Amino acid sequence: MIPGVSINEILTLTSILFFIGVYGFITRKNLISMLISLELILNSSIINFVVINKYLYPELLQGMVYSIFIIAVAAAETALAVAIIINIYRRTGSVEVSETETMKY
Amino acid sequence: MEKVIFYILAIIMVTSAIAAVSSRKMLRSVVYLLFVLIGAAGLYFQMDYNFLAAIQLTVYAGGIVVLIIFSVLLIQHIEMELEVAGKYRQMISALLCLLGLSVFLATIYSHPFEAAGITSTTTTAEIGRALLSFDKQGFILPFEVISVLLLSAMIGAIVIAKGGKQIRQPGLEKIDPERILQKISEEVKEEKVPEEEIGV
Repeated sequence: MIPGVSINEILTLTSILFFIGVYGFITRKNLISMLISLELILNSSIINFVVINKYLYPELLQGMVYSIFIIAVAAAETALAVAIIINIYRRTGSVEVSETETMKY
Repeated sequence: MEKVIFYILAIIMVTSAIAAVSSRKMLRSVVYLLFVLIGAAGLYFQMDYNFLAAIQLTVYAGGIVVLIIFSVLLIQHIEMELEVAGKYRQMISALLCLLGLSVFLATIYSHPFEAAGITSTTTTAEIGRALLSFDKQGFILPFEVISVLLLSAMIGAIVIAKGGKQIRQPGLEKIDPERILQKISEEVKEEKVPEEEIGV
């Protein structure tokens, strides 16, 4: 644990980050910007796992291992999302959400 | 001292997160995201999780951000400005997010957390044993599943990015033989009519 910093302050920081990500996910209209907001949301949840593990159950490793798994899944998801976005751009010439209406040609 | 560092990290993370979701230039918002990720790695260093901080720096800041930057550079110009949602929609979503944030904060500050108060360092060897043990607290099955997931995601990304050979520009329509024949016949008709008029 960080000396002098309570768990409430870190959880406040992560919830602020989470809702900034949600705001970006709602207001952005570009696929890559939505991907960036998604990374913010995932990252705040990872920090939550780690903080709760460290402050409440410091002798266990569950939160740590879960955050490693979340990072691996996020990496796979980003690689797939970038592949899909590049394919969409090749087919339709744009990555705006409003122009990707159909999923199959 | 550690408290001051934590607050500096928190301010950097929040301001660059706000800049990442509100910047109108795409490449800049990716760089702001990089600042947020590095700030999270600093938090892990402060909490004495060195291995996790190293993973955060290599996988997130080194891998994912570079991947997103590559896709931005493949897709559009650096200085291209993005469309943003209308003012009304921005206000509504900001209000919704503030509402959700207040619910979260009320829950967090009303729940009595019992901090253990012990500081124990986690070594990398312990994490490796936890990941590969068959015991009740072991994670051998999720570990194997995640490796299969990574392999399938890699193959899927290659297949998806390679497929779709038809390259279509925004203004160009799909080639349709019947429509082309129709156009040609229409052109022929249009050309014939004036000739007859001239002849008459």
